[in-house]
Amino acid sequence: MNYPLHLAILVLLWGYIYTSWSLMGRLGMVSFGHGAFMGIGAYAVVMLWNHFGLSPWIGALVALAATAVVAVLIGYPCFRFRIVGHYFALVTLALSEVVRLLITALRDQTGGSLGATPKGALTEGTTVAIGAMQFESKLVWLGIVAAAWLAGLWVWRAVDRSMGRLALQAISEEEEAAASIGIHVTKAKLRITIVSALMTCVGGILYAQYQLYVNPDTVSGIAISLQMVFGVIAGGMFVMLGPTVGAAFTLLLAEGLRLAFGNRYPALDITIYGAMLVLFIIHMPNGILGAALERFRRRRERSLLKAAA
Amino acid sequence: MLLEVSQLTKTFGGFTAVNRVSFGVAEGEILGLIGPNGSGKSTTFGLIAGALAPTAGSIRFRAEEIGGLPAYRVAHRGIARTYQIPRPFRKLSLLENVALAAYYGSNEHLSREKAFALAEDCLKLVNLHESAVDRLGAAGLKKLELARALATQPKLLLADESLGGLDHAEMEQAADMLADIRAKRGITIVWVEHIMGVLMRVVDRCVVLDHGEVIAQGAPAAVSQDPKVVEVYLGTDAFA
Repeated sequence: MNYPLHLAILVLLWGYIYTSWSLMGRLGMVSFGHGAFMGIGAYAVVMLWNHFGLSPWIGALVALAATAVVAVLIGYPCFRFRIVGHYFALVTLALSEVVRLLITALRDQTGGSLGATPKGALTEGTTVAIGAMQFESKLVWLGIVAAAWLAGLWVWRAVDRSMGRLALQAISEEEEAAASIGIHVTKAKLRITIVSALMTCVGGILYAQYQLYVNPDTVSGIAISLQMVFGVIAGGMFVMLGPTVGAAFTLLLAEGLRLAFGNRYPALDITIYGAMLVLFIIHMPNGILGAALERFRRRRERSLLKAAA
Repeated sequence: MLLEVSQLTKTFGGFTAVNRVSFGVAEGEILGLIGPNGSGKSTTFGLIAGALAPTAGSIRFRAEEIGGLPAYRVAHRGIARTYQIPRPFRKLSLLENVALAAYYGSNEHLSREKAFALAEDCLKLVNLHESAVDRLGAAGLKKLELARALATQPKLLLADESLGGLDHAEMEQAADMLADIRAKRGITIVWVEHIMGVLMRVVDRCVVLDHGEVIAQGAPAAVSQDPKVVEVYLGTDAFA
């Protein structure tokens, strides 16, 4: 019972993180830097707890503040000076690596590439330590990540229905024309970036507290950022549940590979992500869910036409 | 004067695209800004609209300096523009294209509903019916540009209407539409054009640019007799 529950938690948690990423990605801002925001979230709470005994709830506030600062520091110059498309992807890619390298370099504090474990607060007999954000029961975690996931979907929909979404879509096509009709381009982009980054940071915090282990390679860096991009594109970035489908897909793929090959080929999943990413972009740009919905819609239209004829 | 441009200059590296250009636009006027290709018309527009920052000189709108302001702020002050080559937002519907301008462009902070209602009015004004943006032809895209600009409820419209790609009837229609917009909405218009014929019928005054400099200005009839203007246009079909 534990393993399926574990998988369900991971699907929802990654579904939430992918949804957060897609807020930007679907509007033409493809970030390879979200690993950085996740890493800041995960490491900030664990380090503050281990070194200063600061509750992860307080740590979360620090992590969110730090994330917002980093998002603005990277976002503002990019948006102000019109660094878009591939160039934006490159800048964010660098950010992602900077955070990973920083974590690795500060090994005396962070444990370096070996990772770190938050000090256990669950003693014999206690299964819940609210102050330390540690819960033994996987059901509790399922509840927590499900709530985060639903909140993420709610934000996605709110953004989808807003004028801001139309504005960002216009910006992604014709930035100068968008500015000429009164849209403050930098502000519009910065806003969605901050929302997306903060949500991803929360994802990092939850991931760290659920796994009770953080490692620079699993919560930051290129690999995790690429995984997000791949997951969302595979699932479908223009439909609400696309990122979640992508999360299920990437997780099943990773688990399947692990069961089939064990740990013999450690970077195999990333290699396959890369290859499949290319295939998806060429053959299924709307992702699995996007393509399925499209097919369903067409079939219905056809049967409606038949019924009318 | 609603708009006063004085000594406006823009250089790109060693190239001077606009050289000490001065002219004024009176409230309620339709001013034709004409000149052959590459004479600096569109650059002048870009400078007024805030897409480009001037190298020197000043642009005063309603007695306030707007030179160097970012484009979105210029839009909020009440200046709207269209582009010579239409720049529609193709992923949005026709109505969304225009509603976006109504929502973000006006100073009044319209509600979403009001923005969409205003957008419908603007589409009607230019005679466009809801369709996919991709199905619009050259004339349709020009109309969309105009509707989008009008939706920001401007006091001054900068219409970059190189009417290339339109046939004669469509050009006449476009000219009538601009005259109509002024008559119905009281919007002052600066109309950029390189073909003089159609424009002369509608404008009150003309400013003629060549190589980034003003070579003549005044009433259309007088300007078209000006020897310097004739020389610039000689051998072209500009008066056709």
